[in-house]
Amino acid sequence: MSQQPERGDTGLAGLDCAPGETLLSVRDLRTYYESGDLIGGQPVKAVDGVSFDVKKGETIGVVGESGCGKTTLGRTLVRLEAATGGEVRVGSDDVTELSGEDLKAWRRNAQVVFQDPESSLNDRMTIGEIIREPLDVHDWGTPAERRARVRDLLEKVGLQEEHYYRYPHQFSGGQRQRIGIARALALEPEFVVLDEPVSALDVSVQAQILNLLMDLQDELGLTYLFIAHDLSVVRHICDRVAVMYLGNVMELGPTDELFEDPANPYTRALLSAVPEPDPTAEIDRMTLRGTPPSPRDPPEGCAFSTRCPVKIRPDGSDEVDESTWEAVEVFRETLRARSRTERSLSERARELIGLETRFATVDEVVGELFTDRDIPVSVKEPVDQAADLAREGDEDAALEHLKGELGSVCDHESPEDHAVGTEGRESRCHRHAAEYEEPSAVGPSVGGED
Amino acid sequence: MAADANATGVDERRSSARQTQSDDVDAAESADDRLLEVENLRTVFHTERETIRAVDGVSFGIEEGETLGLVGESGSGKSVTARSIMGLVDDPGELLPGSSVRFDGRELTDLTEKGYESVRGSGIAMVFQDPLSTLNPVYTVGNQIEEALSLHRGLSGIDATEKAIELLEDVGIPDAARRVSEYPHEFSGGMRQRAVIAMALACDPDVLVCDEPTTALDVTIQAQILELLSDLQAEHGLSILFITHDMGVIAEVADRVAVMYAGEIVEQAPVVELYENPRHPYTRGLLRSIPSTQQGAERLETIAGEVPTPNKAATDCRFAPRCPEAFDACEEVHPVPVPVEEGAEDHTAACLLYPEDEPRKAAVDRHAAAGDEDSPESAGSTGGDSR
Repeated sequence: MSQQPERGDTGLAGLDCAPGETLLSVRDLRTYYESGDLIGGQPVKAVDGVSFDVKKGETIGVVGESGCGKTTLGRTLVRLEAATGGEVRVGSDDVTELSGEDLKAWRRNAQVVFQDPESSLNDRMTIGEIIREPLDVHDWGTPAERRARVRDLLEKVGLQEEHYYRYPHQFSGGQRQRIGIARALALEPEFVVLDEPVSALDVSVQAQILNLLMDLQDELGLTYLFIAHDLSVVRHICDRVAVMYLGNVMELGPTDELFEDPANPYTRALLSAVPEPDPTAEIDRMTLRGTPPSPRDPPEGCAFSTRCPVKIRPDGSDEVDESTWEAVEVFRETLRARSRTERSLSERARELIGLETRFATVDEVVGELFTDRDIPVSVKEPVDQAADLAREGDEDAALEHLKGELGSVCDHESPEDHAVGTEGRESRCHRHAAEYEEPSAVGPSVGGED
Repeated sequence: MAADANATGVDERRSSARQTQSDDVDAAESADDRLLEVENLRTVFHTERETIRAVDGVSFGIEEGETLGLVGESGSGKSVTARSIMGLVDDPGELLPGSSVRFDGRELTDLTEKGYESVRGSGIAMVFQDPLSTLNPVYTVGNQIEEALSLHRGLSGIDATEKAIELLEDVGIPDAARRVSEYPHEFSGGMRQRAVIAMALACDPDVLVCDEPTTALDVTIQAQILELLSDLQAEHGLSILFITHDMGVIAEVADRVAVMYAGEIVEQAPVVELYENPRHPYTRGLLRSIPSTQQGAERLETIAGEVPTPNKAATDCRFAPRCPEAFDACEEVHPVPVPVEEGAEDHTAACLLYPEDEPRKAAVDRHAAAGDEDSPESAGSTGGDSR
């Protein structure tokens, strides 16, 4: 890595650490969005207890599906969202509590490059004005120095000086993303959150931007938090990766190790779902059932328990065959979907006076899932009782009943982070505990074992 | 070599799956036995300043039960190709004379709007990228499927509802009996796309045109939808035109692949052949710029520059300005699709470097001669090229 350029005082003591030391230390971070309902509503738990460190000069990737909280996490770190709980330490300061001059110093040093270059640039400002705006806001140097700085930045990101007076609509997507990058770098930040910076770009242009980002990191000693849903991009650019699901970090570790030997069931499923650009590749795919639960009402136990293909079974269920268990899980999933559905007033009225509603079809569901099956009584009874409750319109009680009777540790307890692999890797799954089999022992094999 | 043996194995499997040639096709009318045949398709859009040649001389065919992948970057004309096939090109766009789309031996380009309606849905159906904009937010999902059923199959009332539930079950929507009376906003993204596919299948089409059907979805949901499409294809013997920009998805779903660049198909080959032995410099560049294929590489290979917008009839190679292998003739001769070497009829590239086994001069002349045959007609028909 090249010598750090002279940066002057960053304004926050913790930012001046040496490359490789901990720059940011995130502990049990929570960001909830209040529902806005007058009564009752549950908050959306976008980030729900996340802990990790960011080392100076590294690129840490955050991957996950839409709605997993990765963007909220990035926005919370740079104080675009207010944290509900937990802390983000920079040296002795907690970013979530900063105010006044300290907050200004943090904002100077923590910048964001947004996903959509169409909407993140003001169409009525010239490129020069857009890149200069952060310099103006933070009273950086004299006006002449600012203009010189903008020209310098344009060159740095591969644009020409004459672009200074043009407008965003005159540029292509790749060039606009370069403008966004120049704006983020204007104040010489230490830490840059890259929120899906190449998702909107074509693959050949995407490669250009990724190369640019890596060059700038080498030159300026930047620390990146790289948010993406494209796993191949993350694999290429990140030193470490955090895999998020429903507001939780499921697995965190060095990129190559995590991709080649994923430990967490969710990581394994996610990696196996990525189509390889190789038509001869043999993929042992774990196709997940259903969709992620609502972050308003996450499962009580493990966040991934509703879809996990290697979920732990309760004690004494050995005589139940695999497909019956699958049917039980599908039944629970169906009840969850039903309990989430908002009932209209007329439907509630119909329910009250005992008329048939669209929720009365529960017998069909049960019939479809469980007839033609030899179901042991230990499963049959809870299912029948749950069906009774659901028929009365109380899906929540039905779900509780099923969870109580047929749930396992995955349903009841939130898993802890277990150390896995060789160095600094953690995975949040009950199966890593000594009394259970490892996820890799029960699921199909995935990763780069070829 | 192990890789080769593997490749042939896959090839055989794929081609044997394709051997179900249809006897229903009216062989007398159809030039060959392809179910859908697109020939010299040119779709232009007239703007005040210029005429954009979004699709410029595209030809391909799809056999029964086959999946053709159409891949390219944004602006390459893939979606316009799909819309042209479906007869969905409106003013200021038009298909230039000489364009031909034949389905089951029947020419579609000269059909009236009414005539097209009978083809859409029952013959060829389309799945769009964004399910939310395909579905009408103020009608239930069931209503919308029933509408298609009543238009094309004359079903109504309880029959239509039952059929709609059955279709939703076919596409893997759990609790379909309740779901059928829900509105699109109550469905998740993946479920919506399933509902759209159910709608497309409502009238039992022979060809399904899928325009980026999984682009808006997460990878685990994408895997579900791809699995569903391949199950449905096997079950109904569907032919699929699968449009995407994702080289990974194409590798997984397609039997053959056509690569589009600036309104033209620059290379066409069976899928394994295309990935293992890409010939056109653009295809090579495209495959090389995918991050996952270059593990450990410090920098990604890129294709310099950006995709041009074609606004004139081509007199040169549209890729030449970005091509690392361009030579003088590339700026003077417009390449046409030719077999990449003698005998490789199923692998074509529109590039002056091919046929590879011909002397360069002879190859260039061959492209030039083919271009001359074409040009009077295409030059004449582009009267709208003025400013």
